[in-house]
Amino acid sequence: MNEPLREASAADAPPDAILDADVQALAGSRPEVLRFLEDYGIRLGPQAGVSLRRRLAELPEELFEDIGIDRRRLEANLGFFLAARVSDARGAADGARAQVRSITVVGGRDKSGNAEDVRLELPVGSVTGIVGPTGSGKSRLLADIEWMAQGDTPTGRVVLVNGEPPDLRSRFSPGRKLVAQLSQNMNFVMDASAGEFVRMHAESRRSAATSRDTAGGASERLVADVIAKANLLAGEAFAADAPLTSLSGGQSRALMIADTAFLSASPIVLIDEIENAGIDRKQALDLLVRREKIVLMATHDPILALMADQRLVICGGGIQAVLRTSEAEKKALVELERIDRQLQSLRERLRRGESIGDAPSQASRA
Amino acid sequence: MKLVTFSGPPSSGKTSVLAKLIQELARTGESAGVIKFDCLYANEAALFERMGVPVRVGLAGGLCPDHFFVSNIQEGVDWGLGLRLGYLFTESAGLCNRCSPHVRDVAAVCVIDNLMGMDTPRKIGPMLRMADIVIITKYDIVSQAEREVFAFRVAEANPKARLLLVNGISGQGVFELARLVGDAPETATVEESRLRFSMPAALCSYCLGETKIGGEYQVGNLKKIGFS
Repeated sequence: MNEPLREASAADAPPDAILDADVQALAGSRPEVLRFLEDYGIRLGPQAGVSLRRRLAELPEELFEDIGIDRRRLEANLGFFLAARVSDARGAADGARAQVRSITVVGGRDKSGNAEDVRLELPVGSVTGIVGPTGSGKSRLLADIEWMAQGDTPTGRVVLVNGEPPDLRSRFSPGRKLVAQLSQNMNFVMDASAGEFVRMHAESRRSAATSRDTAGGASERLVADVIAKANLLAGEAFAADAPLTSLSGGQSRALMIADTAFLSASPIVLIDEIENAGIDRKQALDLLVRREKIVLMATHDPILALMADQRLVICGGGIQAVLRTSEAEKKALVELERIDRQLQSLRERLRRGESIGDAPSQASRA
Repeated sequence: MKLVTFSGPPSSGKTSVLAKLIQELARTGESAGVIKFDCLYANEAALFERMGVPVRVGLAGGLCPDHFFVSNIQEGVDWGLGLRLGYLFTESAGLCNRCSPHVRDVAAVCVIDNLMGMDTPRKIGPMLRMADIVIITKYDIVSQAEREVFAFRVAEANPKARLLLVNGISGQGVFELARLVGDAPETATVEESRLRFSMPAALCSYCLGETKIGGEYQVGNLKKIGFS
């Protein structure tokens, strides 16, 4: 099913149009080519009338020894890189997001070998809860989706995209991963400001797509949008120049959600245990739904579970039931949200140093 | 026997991933052995022994670990063949980022972790750039954006490689990794095989034990920054 592993060969070299162009022209028309070489430590100054092929051929052998790659392999890598960009960009042009309209999970078998009698279709804009004890098989379900299982995983499940078997070559393409993840355990490890962080993500997405489809200005607007949305979710405001390390738990989670909603190419967002994250959960889900994500949510929180359109009950490695959120449950949700608001206001008042008496309105500091 | 070279910066999770991978292979009835190459200290043998996995450790001491690896690999292959192993994994830490442990026609894996900093994929040489499979570990504790940018930069450094996220603690991803190494070519010998790229060179007075600093003590293969 997978292509055999093989080393790069001359056949993988970039197209002649690139190799025969001069560096000055490439700097204007295909800046990604020069950036790619710079990442390998090769800086080619502009020199009109000399082809890239010749410039590379003129580089001294010691340089290649130092950077640890030979000319043939470097050219092949450049060829691969450009080809992968084309296929990713094609995906983006068809609208990577619009392109995935639904994911279908066709049941396989549970850990005891019993048939899993499920055909689960998850359209964009849907929110699905996943409930079940630890070790019940939630992670395997997500891994099956991520791997685009075709009956070749322990569960025997088959995953379809838009009702059809997906192109398995994109299993290893970082730009075409199906699942983006958000969990309580995730942290920022970069030393950067919130704005720089979003810009870096936007730029890597931009360079993954074609060179001229996103102007610099558009990306600045995007950064501002993401920060503004994150602020809406977090409740407590932070600025674009705030260091990531200074953000509170709630602000961090809000930034991650807004960033994923706007900038991740993955059509599916998996949210894992974010009940105590200190963010507006309803608004967060609304944002993801409006951005046409397929939302999957592993949770033990009754409010989050009932906010979903449906929930999967996972047990013994299999999907045991798919429950639609009933009218009675939606009513219960209204009541739960009322209790939750009450709890939150109590928490807020205690935090402000107030005492809690019988009548909240009369509570005041002595 | 399928020979697979596992390499990666220190503490990137090579041993954890390998242990989980070997368990997964054992589940499907495949036998595996490990040769662990390190410099001063390696306690991984105990882990593999507890698992019942044949393991040998080689410590390079004062030698370049890469050169130590290549001068021992054929004997290692013979050892694995003697045990009739289905898989033989060599595990070596890339210590200078210019390491080049991969051999032509032998499956090559590089393990790097998502906590190393966003520029790391650009800083690692042949170990990453010449690998067939690149495994990213510790991805589950960083944000989605950092995960995506890091993966994108790995793909820039080695567009040809299969990129796989593997959790060395939970084992998430090893099933898929086992499928990939299953495609590795068979190795009967590495005699006359070639490295995918030359190893870092070192042949100067300091290689031979010189400890004094100064122009007149520097003899051999030298290189100057050129400050003037």
